[in-house]
Amino acid sequence: MCATCGCGDDSALITLAGDDHHHHDHLHDHSHEHDHVHTETVTLETKVLAKNDLIAERNRQWLAERRILALNITSSPGAGKTTLLERTIRELGVSRSVAVVEGDQETLLDAERIRAAGARAVQVNTGAGCHLDADMVHRAMNALDPVPESLLFIENVGNLVCPALFDLGEHSKVVVISVTEGVDKPLKYPHMFAASALVLVNKIDLLPYVDFDLETCTDHVRSINPAAEILPTSATRGDGLDAWYDWVLTAAPPPKSVYP
Amino acid sequence: MHEMAITQSVVDAVCEHAAGRRVHSVKLEVGALCAVVPDSMQFCFELATEGTLAAGARLDLDVQPGSARCRSCGQSFELRDLILLCPCGSADVEVLAGRDLKILSMEVS
Repeated sequence: MCATCGCGDDSALITLAGDDHHHHDHLHDHSHEHDHVHTETVTLETKVLAKNDLIAERNRQWLAERRILALNITSSPGAGKTTLLERTIRELGVSRSVAVVEGDQETLLDAERIRAAGARAVQVNTGAGCHLDADMVHRAMNALDPVPESLLFIENVGNLVCPALFDLGEHSKVVVISVTEGVDKPLKYPHMFAASALVLVNKIDLLPYVDFDLETCTDHVRSINPAAEILPTSATRGDGLDAWYDWVLTAAPPPKSVYP
Repeated sequence: MHEMAITQSVVDAVCEHAAGRRVHSVKLEVGALCAVVPDSMQFCFELATEGTLAAGARLDLDVQPGSARCRSCGQSFELRDLILLCPCGSADVEVLAGRDLKILSMEVS
């Protein structure tokens, strides 16, 4: 009831959005300004991203049933994700089927590059969005329908901030940093590096021309994520890619044919 | 601007639980290590609630400091950022708090 005039009862309270005054059926005038809406506290204690995490968990289960390894590849724009994937498709795709979910704000350019390299690809254009979420990946996987025991690379939107927070249902996050970006990237974008199981330091063919100390970068990564593996690579020249392929194949579920 | 997507998740969850009742305020726990900017969330909340049951609602943010325990010296300490370094110099630390992003409660009528 109204705490000021004592009129009315709780069930008859009608409150307009943005209007703190209640409206009774009676006519007496009370122009008090206080907010006296009778509210009830509802305890929720739910994770903000519970919905995303639920879909991600379903994606993970769907992938596990098909023995598909899904890797969520992140980096800032231009670090070499697509080039890395093109080469990976050509060299690893020989022994293992590869499919790619491409995330970009606009254009089909990357999906076309992936297709030209010989893998099936689906492009997710996020428009204004700065990251992929679990539902986008769910829909992309439905469209792509990757074959059992394949490798599924999810190339996230080039961004070292937002993709760190969204579980897509992947086995692991892999972050690609290039030597042209500077050694302090892991410290500037700690969340992404903390969330990743593997750090690829790409474009090492350019090391003679840039001021980039691999050891300092490694130390920075370790200060954020002591468990992360770090592999120096050049996706154009091929350095370190065997180690990358080994890492991928070790993470992948063994093909069923291994078991009689 | 992942805050918009995160705030949208908050508004969706809150309106779903409100089940037609009007939402007056929402209380969130934001871990200091969550990569979420509180001011940005406030800004997004106003936009995301427009035309929903939570229109005009207040967003209360309870920022939880990060804390960690050192596996080398056993000390617990406050963690201001994700650089996992104990004052003793060890980097072998376990994050105990500051990573949660939770909707704690809401006021409805």
